[in-house]
Amino acid sequence: MAKMNLLQAINNALITAMEENEKVMVFGEDVGHFGGVFRATSNLQQQFGRDRCFNTPLTEQGIIGFANGLASQGSVPVAEIQFGDYIFPAFDQIVNETAKWRYRSGGQFSCGTLTIRTPYGGGIAGGHYHSQSPEAYFAHTPGLKIVMPRNPYQAKGLLLASIRDDNPVLFMEPKRLYRASVGEVPEEDYTLPLGKAEITKSGTDITLLAWGAQMEVLDKATEMAQKEGIDAEVIDLRSILPWDVDTVCESVVKTGRLLISHEAPLTGGFASEIAATVQDKCFLNLESPIARVCGLDTPYPLAHEKEYMPDHLKVFEAIKRTVHY
Amino acid sequence: MKDRNHLSNVGLVHKVSIIENGLIDIPMLQILKPDGSPHKDAVVPDIDQELALKIYRTMRFIRVLDERMVAAQRQGRISFYLASTGEEAASVASAAALEPQDMIMSQYREQGALAFRGYSTEAFMNQMFSNEKEANKGRQMPIHYGDKSLNFMTISSPLGTQIPQASGYAYGQKMAGEEAVTICYFGEGAASEGDFHAGLNMAAVLNCPVIFFCRNNGYAISTPSEEQFAGDGIASRGLGYGVKTIRVDGNDSFAVYAATQKARALALKENCPVLIEAMTYRLAAHSTSDDPTGYRSKEEESKWQQKDPIARLGAWLKGKGWLDEEQENKDLETMRQEVLQELKRVEKVPVCKIDEIIEDVYDTPPWHLKEQLSELKKHMAKYPEAYPKTSGRL
Repeated sequence: MAKMNLLQAINNALITAMEENEKVMVFGEDVGHFGGVFRATSNLQQQFGRDRCFNTPLTEQGIIGFANGLASQGSVPVAEIQFGDYIFPAFDQIVNETAKWRYRSGGQFSCGTLTIRTPYGGGIAGGHYHSQSPEAYFAHTPGLKIVMPRNPYQAKGLLLASIRDDNPVLFMEPKRLYRASVGEVPEEDYTLPLGKAEITKSGTDITLLAWGAQMEVLDKATEMAQKEGIDAEVIDLRSILPWDVDTVCESVVKTGRLLISHEAPLTGGFASEIAATVQDKCFLNLESPIARVCGLDTPYPLAHEKEYMPDHLKVFEAIKRTVHY
Repeated sequence: MKDRNHLSNVGLVHKVSIIENGLIDIPMLQILKPDGSPHKDAVVPDIDQELALKIYRTMRFIRVLDERMVAAQRQGRISFYLASTGEEAASVASAAALEPQDMIMSQYREQGALAFRGYSTEAFMNQMFSNEKEANKGRQMPIHYGDKSLNFMTISSPLGTQIPQASGYAYGQKMAGEEAVTICYFGEGAASEGDFHAGLNMAAVLNCPVIFFCRNNGYAISTPSEEQFAGDGIASRGLGYGVKTIRVDGNDSFAVYAATQKARALALKENCPVLIEAMTYRLAAHSTSDDPTGYRSKEEESKWQQKDPIARLGAWLKGKGWLDEEQENKDLETMRQEVLQELKRVEKVPVCKIDEIIEDVYDTPPWHLKEQLSELKKHMAKYPEAYPKTSGRL
C-alpha cells in the first residue's frame, strides 16, 4: 500500500499496464515528455519511449480516429482527451465508429482494446469548457462502456480493468479530485469489476445514488441526514454503461426511496434513465417519487458555480423531502 | 523538413509579399494514352501477362457485377447499390500493387480492390442480400463489405472517418514490426471532412506507413469539384502537410499501378505517408438513389466514356498479343452467367436468427440487451406473421 492521490493512482495504473503489455500505447495532447497538463502521464515517455507514449497534433477527432485504427489493428491504445468538454469533435468517431465497429463487422473487427481517458466535472472555476460532465451523451450509445471512479483506489482498479476489457471504455476522471482525493492504493496489480456498483454505506430509509466526484457530496449529505435520524444507503454506480440495475433495485426494494444526483444538467441526464428503470422494476416498493438532484439546465456557469452545483445542502433537502413525502 | 518547422529556422523577407500564385499545377502521371498506346517517354511498369490479365479481368468482372446489381436494385431485389463504373482502374490497379498483408480501408466505391483480393461472387451476393452467411451478419447496408481474412476493413457510411483510422492502423503495423502498409481510399468530397485534415497531419507527424488514395471523380453526389475546393485538387494539400504526393490518371491502370507500387515502397522504407490523387470520372450515378441527369450533361459523360479504363488496358493487351478477344468475350458471358446464378441462389438464403440482433454490440451481451431480446422474442411469438423473416426460427 502507498498513499496516492487520484492522479498518481492513474499514473500507477498506466505504468502497470504498459509494463505488462508492450502493445499498450498512451497518447494525446501534451501527454508525452511533459506528462500531461494534469501530470497523469508523468514519466511514461521517459520510461517506455516516444513510440509508446507520445504527443499528437491538437485534433480530438484525429486522436480518436487514430486510436480506432490502432485498436482494430490489435494494439491497446489509451487515448487522452484533455478535457471532457473537448470530446465533442470526436463524437462522430466515438459514436459512429468506435462503438459500432464490432457490431457492423459481424465481430470480424473491433475497437475492444481502446480506452479513452478524459477529465470531467466542475468545482474548479472552469466555466463552460472546463467543467462539463458529458456521460449522458455517451450513455445513449450501444457498444461503449462508461466508467467513472470516485477515489484513487477505484481509479487504479477500474482503469486497469478498462484497459484490459475487450470493449471500448470511456474512462471519465473527476478532475476536482485529482489532487484533493488521497488514499491508500495497493502498489501491486489489481482490478475492480466493470458494470458493478458498490454499496459504500448500508442503510434502511433511502437509497442515495451517484458516481465520481459527486460521491463526496452524497457522503456529506448522508452525515447531515444521519443527525436527523435518517439512515441512508449510499451507492457508487461506478459504471454508467452498462449500469448495475440489480444492486440499485435490491437497495430500493429494501429502502423504498431513491435519490439520484449528478453534476450534469437534469434534462436528459443519466438519472432519468435510472429513475425510469427503477420505477418500472420497483413500482410496488416505491414510497415516494424518485428524486433527482442535478445541475441546472444551463451551460455550466463561472460566477454562479456554487449555486449551479448539486451540493450537499441541495441533496440534504431532497433527502428530507423524499423521506417525509 | 521537420527542422524547418521551428520558428528560428523560418526564412525572412522584408517586403509584403502575399503568396498569390501558390496554386502550382501538379501534373498527372499518364503512361498509357486513351488509345492504349504508351507515351514515348513513359516507363511501362514491369507487369507480366498473368498480372496484367488479372487486372483486366477483375475490372471487367466489376463492371458486370455493377450492371447486374444496379438492375437487381431496380427490380427491388436488393435495397441499395453503388456502382464504380469508370473508376475500376483506380481501385483494381492500386490493389494490384499491394501485398496481401497490407490493410485496405475503403470508402465504398472500391469493390475492385476487394475483387482483386479474391472476394468471391458468392461473398459479394451474401453481403448485398444481408443474409445469414454474410460476414457482417446482415447488419449493414449493401456494399458495406468487410473481410478480415483478406485484410479488408469493414466499410462504414460516415465519410472520411477511415482516414485518421488508417494512420492509426499503419502506426500499429509499424510498431508490430510488420512488413505491411495500410491503404486508405476516399473520394474528393470526403477530403473536405475534418477527418482528412486530422488523418494526413497525424500520419505525417507520427511517421505512419500509410497510402492515402483519393479518387477525384469530379462529383460528390451532385456537387461538382469546383464547389468542393478552390485549390489545385487534393494533391496540393498533401504538400502542405509534408506528405509525399503524386497525381495520376485514374483511368490508366499502369499509372495507378506504378504510383501505388512506388508509394508502398516509400511508405515502408521511410515510415511515411504518401498521397495519391487519381483523376477519374464517376460515370455511374452516385448510387441507386441518385439520378445524375439533374446535374450534369450527357455530352460530359460521353466525353469520359471515350476514356474508359477497361478499353484502355484492353487495347494495350491486344497490342501486346496477350488478349484473345474471342476467348475474352466467352469469359465475359461466363461471368454474367455466374453473377446471375449466384444472385438467384443467394437471394433465397435466410437472414440471421433474431438472437444475432444483440450479439457483437459488446464482446458478450450485457443484462439489458438480454432482457430486451427476451421481450422481443415474446412479442414476436405473439405476432409471428408481422415478422416473417425471423419468426419461424425463434
